[in-house]
Amino acid sequence: MTAFKFSKENAARVKEILTHYPPDRKASAILPLFELAQRQCGGWLPKEAIEAITEMLEISLIRGYEVATFYTMFNLKPMGKYHLQICGTTPCMLRGSEDLKGVCKRHLGIENKETTKDGLFTLTEVECIGACANAPVVQINDDYFEDLDEKSFLKILEDLKADRKVKSGSAIGRQGSAPEKRRPHAKSK
Amino acid sequence: MPKLVIDDKEIEVPEGMTVLQAAAEAGIEIPVFCYHPKLSIAGNCRMCLVEVKNTPKPVASCAMPVCEGMVIHTNSVMVEKARKGVLEFLLINHPLDCPICDQGGECDLQDITIAYGRSSSRFDLNKRAVPNKEFGPLIETAMNRCIQCTRCVRFSTEIVGISELGAMGRGEDMEIGTYLQNTITSELSGNIIDICPVGALTSKPYSFKGRSWELSHTPSIDVFDAVGSAIRVDTRGREVMRILPRQNDEVNETWISDKTRFAYDGLKYQRLDQPYARGEDGLLHPVGWNEAFSLIADRLQHVPGNHIAALAGDMVDAESMVALKDLMISLGSPHIDCRQDGVDVGVGPRCSYLFNTTIAGIEQADFCLLIGTNPRWEAPLINARIRKNYLFNNLPVASIGPFYPLGYPVKDLGDDPQTLEKILKEKPPICSALKAAQKPMLILGQGALRRADGEVILRLAQEIADKYGFVQKTWNGFNVLQTAASRVAGLDLGFLPGPKGYGTQKIVEAVKKKKIEVVYLLAADEIDVKPLESTFVIYQGHHGDRGATIADVILPGCAYTEKEGTYVNTEGRVQKTLKATPPPGEAKEDWKIIKALSDKLGLSLPYATPKEIQARLVEVNPLFDEVDRIQPSSWKPFGREGDVNPVPFEFAIKNFYMTDSISRHSRTMAKCVQQILGQEKVHA
Repeated sequence: MTAFKFSKENAARVKEILTHYPPDRKASAILPLFELAQRQCGGWLPKEAIEAITEMLEISLIRGYEVATFYTMFNLKPMGKYHLQICGTTPCMLRGSEDLKGVCKRHLGIENKETTKDGLFTLTEVECIGACANAPVVQINDDYFEDLDEKSFLKILEDLKADRKVKSGSAIGRQGSAPEKRRPHAKSK
Repeated sequence: MPKLVIDDKEIEVPEGMTVLQAAAEAGIEIPVFCYHPKLSIAGNCRMCLVEVKNTPKPVASCAMPVCEGMVIHTNSVMVEKARKGVLEFLLINHPLDCPICDQGGECDLQDITIAYGRSSSRFDLNKRAVPNKEFGPLIETAMNRCIQCTRCVRFSTEIVGISELGAMGRGEDMEIGTYLQNTITSELSGNIIDICPVGALTSKPYSFKGRSWELSHTPSIDVFDAVGSAIRVDTRGREVMRILPRQNDEVNETWISDKTRFAYDGLKYQRLDQPYARGEDGLLHPVGWNEAFSLIADRLQHVPGNHIAALAGDMVDAESMVALKDLMISLGSPHIDCRQDGVDVGVGPRCSYLFNTTIAGIEQADFCLLIGTNPRWEAPLINARIRKNYLFNNLPVASIGPFYPLGYPVKDLGDDPQTLEKILKEKPPICSALKAAQKPMLILGQGALRRADGEVILRLAQEIADKYGFVQKTWNGFNVLQTAASRVAGLDLGFLPGPKGYGTQKIVEAVKKKKIEVVYLLAADEIDVKPLESTFVIYQGHHGDRGATIADVILPGCAYTEKEGTYVNTEGRVQKTLKATPPPGEAKEDWKIIKALSDKLGLSLPYATPKEIQARLVEVNPLFDEVDRIQPSSWKPFGREGDVNPVPFEFAIKNFYMTDSISRHSRTMAKCVQQILGQEKVHA
């Protein structure tokens, strides 16, 4: 990859982001700019982008690199088109996130932090992403896919593979995180 | 002034002090890892926990400011338990490799573990493993040992000003390193070895060479630049094992430059260990001292006194200069010069060649104008002071000269010397800032003075200083930054051409015209020696460097670690080196060689003991009696009127790592040139 440049639209966005901070504190724009660059580069942050942004913000390379390595949401290696972030924290694990990992292993042939050969999927096991009521949860790019089991997760993967549209949210049709069934004590006499 | 009680001791300290500092005032030591008095406070090691009355939890004393009426315990059961806990966590991932660790014996973690450590570990899982980093030719890494105090990161960010080190990753995976494993390029990088409280960063040239308790320590003074940093020479037997800084807040604080620290291996190579004389075959043959002196005496018999010249090098001590000066006067020669680089300035009043502001005084300046100087290479510690003033007071700095990144923002005024004339006529916009400044300072580099119009530039600088109020009753902002350790002493002693005497350039010309037949080089190597080939050259020095290649007689002298010598730094501070090791072979102390030669010539110099030569120094210039003090010099006119040559300024030092006969023979410095300067070229 040669020198990194923000696309025309993003360059305008950068200009707008920089207005959020006083000019002598523009280093603070590093997170939104990294995020923008990561989106532009297909889900990862190449070193050229870090170099271009640190230069733009007049901070040293190492400071930019520190930020990029501190935040786990910045990916410093090329990612698949779909970034599967399986939550492996206790509630999701109890509700079957291990099975979902098994699906990736069996059907995509990838384990944690690996990318499929066709460059479509990258699997990352993450810590709690804050949707425990709908465990197990997988975040695919920007969307949450909830209440999954092996079958529903596999279908999502198949659909993504075939470039079909997938529906985010609960796989069992729950509304938000409302109770799955009416709870016994809520019964009327 | 808040009053507080620490361990039943009542103490009153200035507002804004931390509990840790207050405890130090009270004479109570608190163990620390991340805290360093010269760096910002990080508060991340937690070793300095203390108990503050009415506070539920232990408090990190390094980050806690004192308050009125605080009651602090540093030795309670709670404190001891807290510190033991902290230390146990630090040791979880620290390898037990003290027996093979270079820090062993002078390790903070080791020492504190003796006080607070458990006898055995309760941790039975695998320790964290961190790959070692490649930081270049000077710093060895063992990152498993790192306890992430971030002192090195703060040093490179704050003191050096060029952020090269950082903490990558987070939590347990945090690692200290450079961006994509770049080599560290700073001239002060060796200091991170000293500030590392564990053995994660150690000296590469010294690695596995010795143990701290085997070494003898000799306090001394550095001579690789004119700053005169306080150093400690560590020796084992006859060998210099390493060089460390001593604290001197007036000069080098606690830092030294990499050349000071690492060029010592040059002391082991290419040494002159016995007298040599050039034979009929044109080659140098070893001879005895007597024979060497006889050869010189024979030669001098047939040469009139004013056909003899002497040049002193950049690292020679005041004693040998005064002895050689006296000898030359006895021989009837006025042709002596301690300015082997050929600058004309130095004959004026003392204020015209000193760093009058003083190094510590830089911290009070509110404007700094650099003229033809790259302080980062010419005096890294003066650069660090300017950086310090920038860091605390946002010191504005402007520079006339080539651009070089110095670690703080510099307003580039171009490299045209005529800018000085324009500043005098209040043309450039920078003048308003100059006018507004209360305590402005300027630094004239050797690059600006080492020109045919050096004296004109000197005068212009003085006029600027006068016009903009650089010189006041209690403030002198006029500074000349010397690069040679011997220079100020040489000028103070008047090791300068006498009446009708020739300076360096004229000596070389006179050699061509056969008006000079004998040249005495006192460790003078930074001259073009080619024209001297045709003449009889006596070379006295410690290295077989440039001067020795054309010498007819070589007299082996001592390097700065091998003699007691007096040096005057660029501020005019008289300092003394001590003898750390004996000189190699038959080499002798330099002034004693000159004394012995004078005896042979029948011109016996009137001093034979160190005490007598000291008395002679004081006789020539009473300033030499004032050791470690600075005498303020009165402000008098100097320089000369004339036209400025529009040729752009150049820096005096082209290669930081190799400036003299010692560093040119240092393998470590050769690696620095290759890997650090080489790398910079790639970046540019």
